[in-house]
Amino acid sequence: MYDKLWLIPFFPLLGSIINGLLGKKIKNETIIGGIGTLAIFSSFIVSVLCFMELRLDTVKSHQQVIASWMSVGNLQIEWGFLLDPLSAVMLLVVTGVGSLIHLYSIGYMHGEEGFYRYFSYLNLFAFSMLMLVLGNNAMVMFVGWEGVGLCSYLLIGYYFHKQSAGDAAKKAFVVNRIGDFGFLLGIFLLFWTLGSEHGIWTLNFVEIAQHGHLLGAGSVVVTIITLCFFLGATGKSAQIPLYTWLPDAMEGPTPVSALIHAATMVTAGVYMIGRMNGLFAMAPDTMLVIAIVGAATAIFAASIGLAQNDIKRVLAYSTVSQLGYMFLAMGVGAFTAGIFHLMTHAFFKACLFLGSGSVIHAMHHALHKAHAHDDPQDMRNMGGLRKHMPITFLTFLISTIAIAGLPGLSGFFSKDEILLWSLAGNRGHWLLWLVASLAAGMTAFYMFRLVFMTFFGKERIAEKAKSYLHESPLVITIPLIVLAVLAVFGGYLNVPAVLGGAHRLETFLSPVFGAAQQAYGIEPPHMSHAAEYGLMGLAVGIALVGIGLAYLMYVKNPEMPAQLVAKAQGLYRAIFNKWYVDEIYDALFVNPTKKAGTFLWKGFDVVVVDGIVNGVGYIVKGFSGALRLTQSGLVHNYALAMVVGVIVMVAYYVFG
Amino acid sequence: MLTVYHYLGLSAILFALGTYGVLTRRNAIVIFMCIELMLNAVNLTFISLSSYLNNLDGQIFVFFVMSVAAAEAAVGLALMIAFFRNKESVEVEDFNLLKW
Amino acid sequence: MELLFFYLVALVAILSAFMVVKCKNPVNSAISLVMTFFCLAILYVMLYAPFMAAVQVLVYAGAIMVLILFVIMLLNLGPEMMERFQHGVVGGAIVAGIVMIQAVMFVNRGEMAGISGDVTRDQVLEVGHMELIGMKLFTEFMLPFQIAGILLLIAIVGALVLAKKEV
Repeated sequence: MYDKLWLIPFFPLLGSIINGLLGKKIKNETIIGGIGTLAIFSSFIVSVLCFMELRLDTVKSHQQVIASWMSVGNLQIEWGFLLDPLSAVMLLVVTGVGSLIHLYSIGYMHGEEGFYRYFSYLNLFAFSMLMLVLGNNAMVMFVGWEGVGLCSYLLIGYYFHKQSAGDAAKKAFVVNRIGDFGFLLGIFLLFWTLGSEHGIWTLNFVEIAQHGHLLGAGSVVVTIITLCFFLGATGKSAQIPLYTWLPDAMEGPTPVSALIHAATMVTAGVYMIGRMNGLFAMAPDTMLVIAIVGAATAIFAASIGLAQNDIKRVLAYSTVSQLGYMFLAMGVGAFTAGIFHLMTHAFFKACLFLGSGSVIHAMHHALHKAHAHDDPQDMRNMGGLRKHMPITFLTFLISTIAIAGLPGLSGFFSKDEILLWSLAGNRGHWLLWLVASLAAGMTAFYMFRLVFMTFFGKERIAEKAKSYLHESPLVITIPLIVLAVLAVFGGYLNVPAVLGGAHRLETFLSPVFGAAQQAYGIEPPHMSHAAEYGLMGLAVGIALVGIGLAYLMYVKNPEMPAQLVAKAQGLYRAIFNKWYVDEIYDALFVNPTKKAGTFLWKGFDVVVVDGIVNGVGYIVKGFSGALRLTQSGLVHNYALAMVVGVIVMVAYYVFG
Repeated sequence: MLTVYHYLGLSAILFALGTYGVLTRRNAIVIFMCIELMLNAVNLTFISLSSYLNNLDGQIFVFFVMSVAAAEAAVGLALMIAFFRNKESVEVEDFNLLKW
Repeated sequence: MELLFFYLVALVAILSAFMVVKCKNPVNSAISLVMTFFCLAILYVMLYAPFMAAVQVLVYAGAIMVLILFVIMLLNLGPEMMERFQHGVVGGAIVAGIVMIQAVMFVNRGEMAGISGDVTRDQVLEVGHMELIGMKLFTEFMLPFQIAGILLLIAIVGALVLAKKEV
């Protein structure tokens, strides 16, 4: 089966090409959506087969090289794929969740203009993401990395006739470019250092893992390399300081937000760190930076999420916050926990986004029918929807419980693992744990605030629109149900020993992470069972407090939020305006850049560059104006010139 | 005593006369004839030197010059006719299309 | 005696060449040119190249000059074209003078060097000039000879195409 690896990215590419080139002619939405979904589902089947084979195989790393890409001196790059436990897990997540979201999109995008375009982009995204995950060297990964960035841009700007969507797409692209720059620098530096100092000219991940130790644990160069890679990860995975594009990216269609901006693309940074875990493990300073940035992002984004009213924005900040958790896990050396949280998060966050999409779909439909112009995404217009949309409500609630970290659901296991490592792992710190726990409490609060505002309480929707509210069609609810089931049971893949589990995911991933963790002294936390139980209890308690607060404020006593806001107006305004980060960035970076650009345009380009260009033109024109007088067009003059030339030449030979 | 220098001097005079004609005459056909004159001056040089050196190669060269001259005459005069058909003139002042 | 004869022929040649340049009527120029060519043919005979003299008369004085005269008659150039028959006389004279002085100085200063052959005047008289030229032309210079033939063919085609009424 390993030699069929190329099929995995091939199917979505094919689907993308078919839909992109012929979609306009096909027109039939069922066929277009069917092609798109079938393409990614085929990839899913192949991925499952590969995974099954890999699970029983004793050799855990398989490469398939398709063709040589470039071969310049020492630089040998191939179009190659790498299947190991890490990429297998990612494959399953990407193709599995991707298939469900493709299916969902058929229902959600029904009747949209450019339906084929949407599916073409979505398949192209799946192709790029699979290249990113499967690439056996950093350049192929970079191709995928840029590809997903492009598709993200295209899909955020899907409603390109809307100014805000176009702006958001541009913002996402530009911010991502900053990160990509770091990633590229990291690749170059790694390639150069390994090559020139140790004679190993390679970008192949397996070889990097094999020879990475030559760089020297804790050396400056490996710290710089990993920091560059981490900069790339912050761009793609929306971490401080480059997270601002992700909330704006909610301008795209909701399934896109679910697939790209929650489940898959934004986790690319986490995956990349996992892929290069050997290098990162050698650089404790970088790991510390990652952990701090992750924890800071987790709590910072969670705090902004507390006060947002747009249903998708809350989820967006929640995503940023959860990504912060993953980076925290990576930073404290809990690679497995990070990937585990990545997986569970993909399930429940995709479910949440799709659920919100279902809600928005229904709201939009109802408001449209009633000719009301309220914002269908604003939670203040919702409320009491659970009676109208029971399936959506139920799946949404399950996922919310999962993300809040209540025992028994997937989020509990993964989040608990991260908290445990950050407190008791030998690269953790209790401050990190404290911040992460606080963020967990906030998460529970704002997620249940969302649920209560949306599904409970009075129906705040315009009266005339109420009768049009109804549950979404099957094609939308089936993915929701599947994802909700996964959100419940996904966690049982990696049940900790203390709860009688066997750490199956950890065992499965150990061929990838184990060596580096052992070699550079990253030890799993050692705690007594009682302490571990206590820690879990504490985490659950914090979550329950958050839930309780939300219940108190938004169900029991709906006037309370307003009173609180009145009491702490400054704080509320700061949170509501996202701590003014966008404004600060504008003032610090965007406007100076724009001003510098204007200066270069008016001062440098117009005067100097154009001056040089036009000046050359004027000089040539002047000379030729004088010279063209010699071209009289009279044959005699030419003959005379010729004879004079002959005279001069003969004179040179005879008298010279 | 008649030497090769006599012939070469005559050739130089004929060549210069031909050059003068090319540079001063306006009628294209006359210019053409002056060119023939120059070619013949050169032919004279060839043959006199060939005779002086007891080597026939120079005369063979004259042979080829003559065939080129014949070809030139054919094409040149055809050009003249074509030009005359357009401009009703063979004066070189009217051949001014090479101007900017 | 020989020198005197040479001077006579040379004088005629220079005079007729001057007539070529100076005559207002192209027909006169052409006739003068024929005269020059005859003088040159005489000089060729004096240089022991009788075959070249014959070719000179046949090809130049015969074929080419007839062609030129034919074209002059065909175009029937009117007298108004002959009024301004030359220009830039001073400049042309200076340049031509320089050319002549240069050529003479060139001849004066240089050495008569070159590859000497074995075709003496006696041999020419004995074997025959035509046979010597023919031997040379059809053995050593076979390829250039063929190429010259192709050149003439192309010239014929070109002349036909150019002189056609509708190109």
